[in-house]
Amino acid sequence: MRSLSRVTTAGVLGAAALALLTGCLGSSGSGESGGQDANRNAEAKKVELTFGSNSVKGGKSSAGATFISDVLIPKFVADQKGKGVDVTVKFQGDGSDDEVYKQKLSLDLSNKSGPDLFQIDGIWVGEFAQANYIKPLNDTVGADGKVDEWDGWKQIPEAVQALGSYNGQRYGVPGGTDGRVLYFNKKLFQQAGLPADWQPKSWDDIISAGQALKKLSGVTPIQINAGTAMGEATTMQGVLPLLVGTGTTVNADGKWLGNNSQLRQVLDFYHQIYSTGLGDPVLQREAKGRDKSFAEFAANKIGILLESDYFWRSVVEPKEGVAKMADRDSAVGYALIPAAKPGGGVKGQDFVSMSGGGATVINPNTKYPQQAWEFLQFMNSADMVKESLDGAAKITQRSDVNSEVLKSDPMLSFVAEKVLPLTQYRPGLAEYPKVSAALQQATADIVGGKSTDQTASAYQKAVETAVGGKDKVASN
Amino acid sequence: MTSASAPPAPAKPAPGRGPARGPARDVAGLGIGRALGFVAPALLLIGAFLIFPALWTIYIGVTNYRLTGVEAVSPSIVGLSNYTKALNDALFHNALWLTMLFVLGSAIIGQNILGFTLAWILRRTRPAVRRTVEGFTLLAWILPSTVVAYLWVAFYDRDGGTLNSLLGTPGTAWLIDYPMICLVVFNTWRGTAFSMMLYSSALQAVPPSQLESARMVGASGWQTLRDVVFPHIRGHVLTNTLLISLWTANDFSPFLLTKGGPNHESETVPVYIYNVALQGGELGYSSAISFLLLIANLLVSLVYLRLLRRRA
Repeated sequence: MRSLSRVTTAGVLGAAALALLTGCLGSSGSGESGGQDANRNAEAKKVELTFGSNSVKGGKSSAGATFISDVLIPKFVADQKGKGVDVTVKFQGDGSDDEVYKQKLSLDLSNKSGPDLFQIDGIWVGEFAQANYIKPLNDTVGADGKVDEWDGWKQIPEAVQALGSYNGQRYGVPGGTDGRVLYFNKKLFQQAGLPADWQPKSWDDIISAGQALKKLSGVTPIQINAGTAMGEATTMQGVLPLLVGTGTTVNADGKWLGNNSQLRQVLDFYHQIYSTGLGDPVLQREAKGRDKSFAEFAANKIGILLESDYFWRSVVEPKEGVAKMADRDSAVGYALIPAAKPGGGVKGQDFVSMSGGGATVINPNTKYPQQAWEFLQFMNSADMVKESLDGAAKITQRSDVNSEVLKSDPMLSFVAEKVLPLTQYRPGLAEYPKVSAALQQATADIVGGKSTDQTASAYQKAVETAVGGKDKVASN
Repeated sequence: MTSASAPPAPAKPAPGRGPARGPARDVAGLGIGRALGFVAPALLLIGAFLIFPALWTIYIGVTNYRLTGVEAVSPSIVGLSNYTKALNDALFHNALWLTMLFVLGSAIIGQNILGFTLAWILRRTRPAVRRTVEGFTLLAWILPSTVVAYLWVAFYDRDGGTLNSLLGTPGTAWLIDYPMICLVVFNTWRGTAFSMMLYSSALQAVPPSQLESARMVGASGWQTLRDVVFPHIRGHVLTNTLLISLWTANDFSPFLLTKGGPNHESETVPVYIYNVALQGGELGYSSAISFLLLIANLLVSLVYLRLLRRRA
């Protein structure tokens, strides 16, 4: 009895504390401030801004971090000094996995802190907007036309603007975009008797090239990203480009992709590669599998790899790449990703691609919304965008800059001219990351040896849970 | 552990009595007020850094709180639905099962047996040798777990890892093909030093005369262990097993070796909690699982404490 009463006392105390906490949380939750004054501190002569980015000097996206801290910030500070404003901008670089960076930002933003401006993946815009972590630029900076009047918008194509938009409103200024192709190693192709100007016209063409490459010893013929270890890389450089090659998208007619014939077609293709020795299933399951596949490609051990132009610019790039190939320009070939069958791709296309990109947004809780907007305009001016390339070629958000800088790089011109007209963007909807995770799991199951049917029905259940109901999922 | 000269059971107030004022005053001759004054700083710290977060976790565990998306704006209370979700979550069951395997294999069996064997062998060596061996073994325990984890990642590595060169098995991806075995071996190696030190000191409490008599009556090694040594060190065994089991159940190092993969094959509960909270953003659900892990740990502790008390 004694111990029982002790338990009761503890229980009552615990419940009381819990009730107290609940009360506290409730009040803090409802303390949401409605619109703040967009002109707060507009006349300030001493300003401090923090710029957050998932890049770090000497590490992840080093060139970007170096540009921001060594060029962009000093130039902006000097520009402001000319206007009589003493600005300090602190660069808050990060070098984490994208998911970790996102969660760190989310935690900061949910506590109404975080950097004044920060770069995010275009695919997070919807989620962040729904969570009120970011607000339309017109709300943060002021609705008196300041944002819409910016002349930079005219240079940014509509499709690219979508990277920083949600529900038809601009939340941020997009950075560059990208496109996906099939890379191949010309040296291995030559050894296998395959052409140096290879351009597959269907998935069968990819498989037969793989079979020719399989005869070379120590070579993995095809690597198409799969599994959960690679996160979004699996979806963007694997499932989605294949899916659009079957004629559908991950969210078509307002419904999410379920267990349908197109999904099974994609899973079958994975199965064909990873169960017949054309791909290396172990590489897809390793925690550092993507980095390893880069290194193996650079070491002439992988024949065909599906990647974005990032691979060309930052991975096998001869001087700064993470897996440098001194002879990149002669040794690395690239081809358009074919639809499963000619004309079988989305919109009846023969070839397909997916694109992504990021945007820079303003923290609605910044002390200096006007100065943050000035920074954003300065950062996205033609001069700065050009300067950010530091002589390298990259597909930027601005058409005027692209037409000038891409001439020097045949691969990126190829992406800008041939790939971007065929490309698709991911839906900027809050459920997307969960659907993406389910697709990663499905490919992991296939690589792990499960059958297409088993995997597809497990995926169907996962996606129903993820998006909240059968009626939101298209299956047949 | 209570010796014959202990003060008369201060922790057990007589049954059926009123307030415990008398005994409290008796212990150190302090009034309740002054005693509270002394413990207040500790209580404050414990409250702020232990009790408050724990209660907060329990609270978050009954909400649908997420890091992003609509639920981040106004999380609402969803009752016990996170707990019912856990009951039906195959990945959580998988994580529980793997955690049990991890604890059983590396702590309850691995570290105990290896630690005791080392202590038993070292007992007979010269002190200088014993101290040197103990020093080296302790390194494994002292080094930060991240350092040890990365050493083992390199050891198991498919390309150029030491294990493959030792066994002549080039190209074997140990962390992919046998992730749980890799984790059990890793944790056994890392934690053995602690068990060894504990058993080393425990063995010194076994009276040499009893060991000598056992030897005289011709008891076998096993009989000596069972009938002479174990009765003396049973308390140590239980305490050690409790400690290392709890540490292992809460250990996050599996994340450093395998991130829980491939395909959830080495996703123990702490790694699952991390993945749910920080990869999936589901803070509510992950808090509920954290609380379940806490309850499981408490239950295990209770069982051990009961066993210990029975022994006493």
